[in-house]
Amino acid sequence: MSTARALLARDVRLAWREGGAIGVALGFYLIVVVITPLGLGPDLNLLARIAPGILWVGLLLAALLSAGRIFDNDYEDGSLDVLATGPLPLTVVAGVKCLAHWLTTGIPLVLLAPFLGLLLNIPLGTIPSLVLAMLAGTPAVSFVAGIGASLTLGLRRSGLLLALLVVPLYVPILIFGVSAVTPYVTGPNTVWPPFFILCALSLASVVLAPLAAAAALRTALR
Amino acid sequence: MTPMISLANPTRFLSLVDRVVPWLSVVVVITLGIGLYLSLFVAPPDYQQGETVKIMFVHVPSAWLGMLGYTLIAVAALGTLIWRHPLADVAAKTAAPIGATFTFIALVTGSLWGKPMWGTYWVWDARLTSMLILFLLYLGLIALWQAIDEPGRAGRAAAILGLVGAINIPIIKFSVDWWNTLHQPESIFRAGGPTIDPSLLIPLFVMAGGFTALFVLLHLIAMRAEILRRRVHALQRTQVEHAALAEA
Amino acid sequence: MPDLGTHASFIIAAYAVTFVAVGALVIATLEDDRKQRRKIAELERLGIRRRSAKAPASPTVKSRSKPKAATTPAKRKTASRPGKTRL
Repeated sequence: MSTARALLARDVRLAWREGGAIGVALGFYLIVVVITPLGLGPDLNLLARIAPGILWVGLLLAALLSAGRIFDNDYEDGSLDVLATGPLPLTVVAGVKCLAHWLTTGIPLVLLAPFLGLLLNIPLGTIPSLVLAMLAGTPAVSFVAGIGASLTLGLRRSGLLLALLVVPLYVPILIFGVSAVTPYVTGPNTVWPPFFILCALSLASVVLAPLAAAAALRTALR
Repeated sequence: MTPMISLANPTRFLSLVDRVVPWLSVVVVITLGIGLYLSLFVAPPDYQQGETVKIMFVHVPSAWLGMLGYTLIAVAALGTLIWRHPLADVAAKTAAPIGATFTFIALVTGSLWGKPMWGTYWVWDARLTSMLILFLLYLGLIALWQAIDEPGRAGRAAAILGLVGAINIPIIKFSVDWWNTLHQPESIFRAGGPTIDPSLLIPLFVMAGGFTALFVLLHLIAMRAEILRRRVHALQRTQVEHAALAEA
Repeated sequence: MPDLGTHASFIIAAYAVTFVAVGALVIATLEDDRKQRRKIAELERLGIRRRSAKAPASPTVKSRSKPKAATTPAKRKTASRPGKTRL
């Protein structure tokens, strides 16, 4: 357990030290939310209605952009081979790395989202449900991205391929994520079912995704 | 189980394909011929949709085959990952383009069916949207096969992706159904229409049978081609080695 | 031509797309198959064969064991790796 914790601490520290990757993801999120009104027009009512959708889509795209980082750096300098033959099962390694991605990319994106929501005239009352829904859904985002990252390890154009592979898998997270934020579409009481489904999706991803990712890593490292 | 084991030998599989292809081709041509005749000339117009119901005879079988293709890929994925069946990844790799083509046909014919019925070429209803996402899943599989050069890694990676996709399909379907009822309170757009008149069922089943036979035929031929392609590569490597030895 | 009603063009378009897409698929599959068989025949003509001892009645690929001298040690190692079947 302490080995896993040490790996997690190392990955988080590396991510913070690198700084650029997290910054780029946040910057990309900002860009997406800025160009959308430029494309759609400044009608505040329209923007308020579509704000949850844009915030979720932007978050997913930004997460995809940074997903390559989960395994690539260690793969390139050989540390992944060391980890694969080390004391930790590869499944735990994969899980720890996805968790590191959530801590260093997912959560910062979630913290940025309300401020970007202000740009989109999101009703202030929906911000708590927005943050809660995103906190519930972003673990699934990071862990599913981990599956994509492990499958595309070391390939050319891996970023685009990763996005193509992972986006269909993101559809449920997106749908329930937006449903958990829009109480004014279907009434205030209906936020909870999609929220709990999001929690379930995240829990399932945390358990199952590392299995798939480890299997994929093993095929790539063989 | 025994046929699976005996078919594991590629050479025996190839001789099976050689024996099956001729008569299966005849079956396909006859079935599709009868099916087309029934669909275009015998089937009556639907009382609500008129003659456009005839599009159903190509749309629905294509949709079924799109789903069948992915099921086959998922089963083949288990074959690769759990039982290490040597032909499982060949089956998966060759099924993907065929399944994707039928899904594409289902999407386009669905869209063409929709225009006279609902007035627009595309409607984000649950069934068409799910079919579109299935198409994306196929594209992802094909792209992954193309991206990995080493066939062993490609086969295993595609198997993992195939299984992950298969597990997600019910979740995706559930979420799209949910999304659809959320944003379209009145489901005027029911792609299947109300209950299908029995006189329309026979052409539908004949077409479905013909399409399925066509799928199997194309899949077997494609598997044969893939097995031969791998042999060609192996032999070409031998050729290069011989040349190197001769030089040395 | 059967009476296809007011929306005949959509029905024709749908069947046309199906025909073209299926046709393209069939042609691509058959062409690939033919191409591989041509290549195998070509390689056999050059005298390069698979090392399988069996000589099945299959018309697609004839196999014959290669003289032992040409087999490199590296090749033999590949054959004994578990789970790897030479196609």
